[in-house]
Amino acid sequence: MDRRDFLTSFQAKAPEQDFSQIDRTLSGLTPYSGTWGTAEVTHLLKRTLFGATVADVNYFKSKTLAQTIDELINAVVAEPLPPVNNYNDTTADPDVPAGETWVNAAHVKTGNINNLRTNSLLSWWTGLQLNQGRSITEKMVLFWHNHFVTETSNINPAGYLYKYNALLRANALGNFKDFVKQITVNPAMLVYLNGNVNVKAAPDENYGRELQELFTIGKGPDSKYTEDDVKAAAKVLTGYKDDLTTYGYTFNAAKHDTTDKTFSAFYNNTVVKGLTGADGEKELDALLDMLLAQNEVAMFICRKLYRFFVYYTIDAATESNVIAPLATVFRNNNYNIRPVLAALFSSEHFFDSLNRACVIKNPIDFSIGLCREYNVAFPDTTTDYVNAYKAWSFMYTVSRDMNQELGNPPNVAGWPAYYQEPQYHELWINSDTLPKRNRFSDTMIANGYTKGGKKIVIDPIAFATTLPEPRDPNKLVADSLGILYKIDVSQNTRDYLKTQVLLSGQSTDAYWTTAWDNYINDPTNNTNKNIVLSRLKAMYKYIMDLSEYQLS
Amino acid sequence: MVVMPSLINGFSFKAYGSLPLLNAIANSQNSDHVLVLIQLNGGNDGLNTVIPLDQYAAYTNARSNIAIAEKSVLKLNGVDKTGIHPAMTGIQQKFNDGKIKIVQSVGYPKPSFSHFRATDIWLSAADSTETLDSGWMGRYLDYEYPNYPTGYPNSQMPDPLAIQIGSILSLGLQGPDVNMGMSITDPTNFYNLINGIQDPAPNTAAGKELTFIRTVAKQTNAYAASITDAANKIKTQSPAYPAAGTNSLADQLKIVARLIAGGLKTKVYMVNLGGFDNHDNQVDPANTSIGVHATLLGKVSEAVTAFMEDLKFLSISDRVLGMTFSEFGRRIKSNSSVGTDHGAAAPMFLFGDHVIPGVLGDNPALPANANVNDNIPMQYDFRSIYGSILEEWFCVKSADVSNVLLKNYQSLPLVNADACVPTSIHEQNVRAGETLITNYPNPFVESTTIQFETAGEHTLLQIFDTMGKLVRTLTDKAYASGIYTLEFDATGLGTGTYYARLQNGLFQQVRTMIKVQ
Repeated sequence: MDRRDFLTSFQAKAPEQDFSQIDRTLSGLTPYSGTWGTAEVTHLLKRTLFGATVADVNYFKSKTLAQTIDELINAVVAEPLPPVNNYNDTTADPDVPAGETWVNAAHVKTGNINNLRTNSLLSWWTGLQLNQGRSITEKMVLFWHNHFVTETSNINPAGYLYKYNALLRANALGNFKDFVKQITVNPAMLVYLNGNVNVKAAPDENYGRELQELFTIGKGPDSKYTEDDVKAAAKVLTGYKDDLTTYGYTFNAAKHDTTDKTFSAFYNNTVVKGLTGADGEKELDALLDMLLAQNEVAMFICRKLYRFFVYYTIDAATESNVIAPLATVFRNNNYNIRPVLAALFSSEHFFDSLNRACVIKNPIDFSIGLCREYNVAFPDTTTDYVNAYKAWSFMYTVSRDMNQELGNPPNVAGWPAYYQEPQYHELWINSDTLPKRNRFSDTMIANGYTKGGKKIVIDPIAFATTLPEPRDPNKLVADSLGILYKIDVSQNTRDYLKTQVLLSGQSTDAYWTTAWDNYINDPTNNTNKNIVLSRLKAMYKYIMDLSEYQLS
Repeated sequence: MVVMPSLINGFSFKAYGSLPLLNAIANSQNSDHVLVLIQLNGGNDGLNTVIPLDQYAAYTNARSNIAIAEKSVLKLNGVDKTGIHPAMTGIQQKFNDGKIKIVQSVGYPKPSFSHFRATDIWLSAADSTETLDSGWMGRYLDYEYPNYPTGYPNSQMPDPLAIQIGSILSLGLQGPDVNMGMSITDPTNFYNLINGIQDPAPNTAAGKELTFIRTVAKQTNAYAASITDAANKIKTQSPAYPAAGTNSLADQLKIVARLIAGGLKTKVYMVNLGGFDNHDNQVDPANTSIGVHATLLGKVSEAVTAFMEDLKFLSISDRVLGMTFSEFGRRIKSNSSVGTDHGAAAPMFLFGDHVIPGVLGDNPALPANANVNDNIPMQYDFRSIYGSILEEWFCVKSADVSNVLLKNYQSLPLVNADACVPTSIHEQNVRAGETLITNYPNPFVESTTIQFETAGEHTLLQIFDTMGKLVRTLTDKAYASGIYTLEFDATGLGTGTYYARLQNGLFQQVRTMIKVQ
């Protein structure tokens, strides 16, 4: 614990209002059939994407809920172009020309090249989040990164990290069973949880344990696997090693434990038959069959999805009305992920008013979502990739400094906000991180950040222009809040924004309308522009500084 | 002082802490002149506020439907030609007591008649032909505290540089890079800490999380504690104020008085009163001494008077200078809807123990037959007022004043010259926020390395515990300027918070260190 954590960890005292008995809902997975308007679209988009942009909200409002879910979950997303050598200006890569991808290049053990490649990867990943399409994919990549954790700082070479990242993306909406199998032999994971040193002569239990505790069975009330099960699983997993030449893995039958592995009553005393030679690898299939035969796996994954996408409190009603039926969907669909997400995001429960606006944005959602919702311009990915990477790298540091370091969750359990009782999401907010959030939004709406020779800044006029009627101060306030907030604010607050900010204390709406029209009629007139600009800046700064903005 | 006492593992600590007693040692000089800016939003009708008795015929001719009856105009001691609006009895009294300065016809060349543009001009101190995106007070505060916000709060300036009550993000407080002010109307911020107003949180998961975030926001705002501490120190204020909720300007000024008296070192406060945009029904046609504008001026007078009484009551009146301004005055000729349209120059009021009392400037020269476009020409550029305040009240060197205002302006006799403070205070302020002392590791177990920067000559490094007891003196001698390290071995000392205090000439800085098991 560093000093600041030490100082801040206990400053958040219990609020005075008693929330021990908050209103919860009995609703379940019955498909939602209520209103499909801005409030519902932004609710769905803010949870499944990084922020709800005006363009996306308008787009999906013209569709049905079913079409929206289908597009968000089922649309085929092309595999992104891999990260490139963006660092040649500072350090030349002996194997990779500038602008070309390094992901298949040989590992460079000396010097700084590997770190530069890793930084390139993390920047690139951040760029994918910023440039995400109308698909839940990138949010699911983050979800799975928090589930199948590896820590970038512990892993060489960068090529392994790319393989890991590509694996998350390829399987994010795929089949969970395939996913677990592939992650088990992924070179980054083999290094991270010591699968690469797990050999017959000296089994390493690390991966065998986490595979059960964190990746499949979990630690829910019905999780009853034993220490012997950990040992048995470790034996099944002997003989694998990461491969520095292919950035894949090798299986060495000579180092594989060929004895039969007997599991506990929790697994119905299953015996995974010891196999020799190349067949030794097949034991992994038998192990995963055994693990995934447990209903607890689906329950565990569904609880985790729930805590990530809906809310962290799972009461008895939610467990029986949402988690259990969702787990059934998961199992009935042979562990395909898409049907589970479709059922959850189509449900009455998800759209229940009691489940809206209750997620505290994680730092990536906060920072990336802010840029996306305001449509902040970044350097062009293809024509100006060096500066694009610089800007993405900056955005990576923004959420990192707010305690969510992409690529480096604090430990194998992921970010505490998704497992640490009783605070969960509240752990994102403390006296260090909240001022950082405010400072970031304040700077973005003021002068912005100059990175890579390009300014990253909110253009509030451009944003307001995308709203239906920016010349009407009442609608401008309402429509801005409709995009930026999920929780309702009082008429007082709306009036305050209008009167004190847009009207500079005047009571005549027409003053704003005139100012806006003057600007629109002559956008090149700087005086007119500044009148509108300064007031919009003040309004959006205020909106983002309120605690309401932290909620999704 | 931002102090958040709490208890962990049985010992108390103070976040952001530096010891109050140590600060008291360092900053005993009177460096705390305060400027209170009162913005009258909408464009105050100067001609019905300060009335040219020497041109009464032209005055009534130009605005017969709203002109104040000559016999109703309040007289000012020693001033024959000029009177004030009948609603401003309090101001009249304070003027006669020698605490008010009226400056006639303040404006600027080529005035703007747009509320927004004119407001921006007044706040930024721009020419009407240029646009500035920083405010004049923001630039002054940036001049005084160039490191802000890095390293703030600190012992030199433990409190907000500027506090704005009743509005948000005033351009006036915008510095070259960041806004130098704190708004305390923000519902998660200071205003609510004092008054407890914000949207209620519903009894839902969303309400629970919202309340949690608000709680953290309040607790962790670097200045929350200093502001509430200051407010809480003042239990009694002058009874001169009107009932709460009846005069928002008075309510705001009451908070300002409370915060100043509570010990905040904040330099600038901004408050405002809206509603001056009286295009119609400015007066009661049956009695031009009453009506909308009279009510507003009555509030200004009542609020300012009560505030001045309170400053006296709280024994801080010699620290405070107040100033009113509005984005423009109004047309000389009234319109047919018993109101006035957007105009140009208008009078300003300055108040405080140190103002040079009286009326500065002549009454505006009114045409015998004013037409609808006639405006009051400026006698004084508003930036001359700003510059004179900076020079005479904040004691900014005249060469530096033009840097803040970005041009040279006339120096006017507004404030008594004896009000200035030593320039050494400015030299300290300029370095405030620099980290002169750090330690690592922190928290530490047995010992920690203290790194400090000395400008040379005598340098003292002491360790205090939370009770203010001197635990060690690590060094006490002359150094060449540079960065040095010393080891603080705390073996045998209890766990808890320790303060390393560096003293070097004018500068002193305190570092909070935590010993853990």
